[in-house]
Amino acid sequence: MTLKLEIVTPEARIYSEDVDFVTLPGVEGDMGIYPRHIPLMTQLRAGEVVARKGGQDFFLAVGDGFVEVTGDRVAILTDMAIRSENIDEQKVEEARSRAEARLKEKLSNDEQATVSASLAHSLAQLHVKRRTRR
Amino acid sequence: MPNTRDIRRRIKSVKNTAQITKAMQMVASAKMRKAQQAALSGRPYAELMNQVLAAAVAGAGDFQHPLMEAREVRKRAVILISTDKGLCGGLNTNLLREAARFDKDTTVYICAGRKGAQFIARSKRELAAEFSYKDIPAFAEARAISKFAQDLFLQGKADSVDVLYTNFISTLVQKPEIRPLLPVGRIQKLESGVGGENVGEDLGVAKQEYKFEPGAGDVLGSLLPHYVNYQVFHYLQEAKASEQSSRMVAMKNATDNAMQLIKDLTLEYNKLRQANITKELLEITTAAMAMG
Repeated sequence: MTLKLEIVTPEARIYSEDVDFVTLPGVEGDMGIYPRHIPLMTQLRAGEVVARKGGQDFFLAVGDGFVEVTGDRVAILTDMAIRSENIDEQKVEEARSRAEARLKEKLSNDEQATVSASLAHSLAQLHVKRRTRR
Repeated sequence: MPNTRDIRRRIKSVKNTAQITKAMQMVASAKMRKAQQAALSGRPYAELMNQVLAAAVAGAGDFQHPLMEAREVRKRAVILISTDKGLCGGLNTNLLREAARFDKDTTVYICAGRKGAQFIARSKRELAAEFSYKDIPAFAEARAISKFAQDLFLQGKADSVDVLYTNFISTLVQKPEIRPLLPVGRIQKLESGVGGENVGEDLGVAKQEYKFEPGAGDVLGSLLPHYVNYQVFHYLQEAKASEQSSRMVAMKNATDNAMQLIKDLTLEYNKLRQANITKELLEITTAAMAMG
């Protein structure tokens, strides 16, 4: 029995594979999902998704969004998703320092929200990248 | 009477123009295909979003959210999605004609695309913000626009937000259309892909009972901004596909016209050339006969 993990963004389907176990960053804490989980819907924070497949872990960074869990499927709707091997650490680090610098300036509310969202995206990516390298 | 050299020069210049318009036509048609493809790749997201929405709406029951609050409309905002570049036939003209219909004093405009912003500035209307979007609209661009509109609405600076964009019906037909964005009324099925005149259908019924974490209301509440974002994203994609196909058709017409012109000019050139030869022959024979 496996779970079908699907990660979709408005631009593309990023990930679609059968996996054994998934860890998600939910708003109320991280959660691990095994097959035959009860149907569940929840919000997602920016963070890392870990998919275990045949004893091997695959890491992905995701932005905030939603998760739909049924017994045999985990579907993640998010603004951003990227596999750890595709993360360009240098670029993300630059984006992060840019975002942090901008947060120090005086910003209007909506700008602040956009910048902190992109900061959260960068942090999630960095976190995933550094962890997988270890 | 024009001489042959002038005509030759004109043929050359028309040929150059035709070459350029032909190239632009090719580029536009490639970009149109890409834009349509990009719109299609968002389909899984839209389908999933519909599913989640249907379940959340069913689970949340009587639900209220600040984005759904219907107020008396004193000030309205319009998101005007135009193009950055010209040379796309009557697309912007048609769009801006619609844009000019709104009451000048009670409407603020949020522009995506330079042409719209220029028009708003020229006609001395109120421009709240100008955004740009790329050939293949990115979701982040849509989110920025949508966020701005939602803030205007939530702060009470606008009591309703509409979107004015060019709907892609087919390669040959694009129509400017106004769609309401805020307040969110009935939650409708999200559309995906471009084309067609389908007005949003109602959501289906959720197939399963779900457990919600933290609660159905909370999930729906945080889903709504995303729902609005996605709608804006969809409109951007439609507008982009319309722009490219309209440009393609305009450029094809231009190329055809240039070809026709070249044909006419060539005919005239040959006639003139023949006339000149005949005249010269006549002169020679006359001269020969006179010398006798």
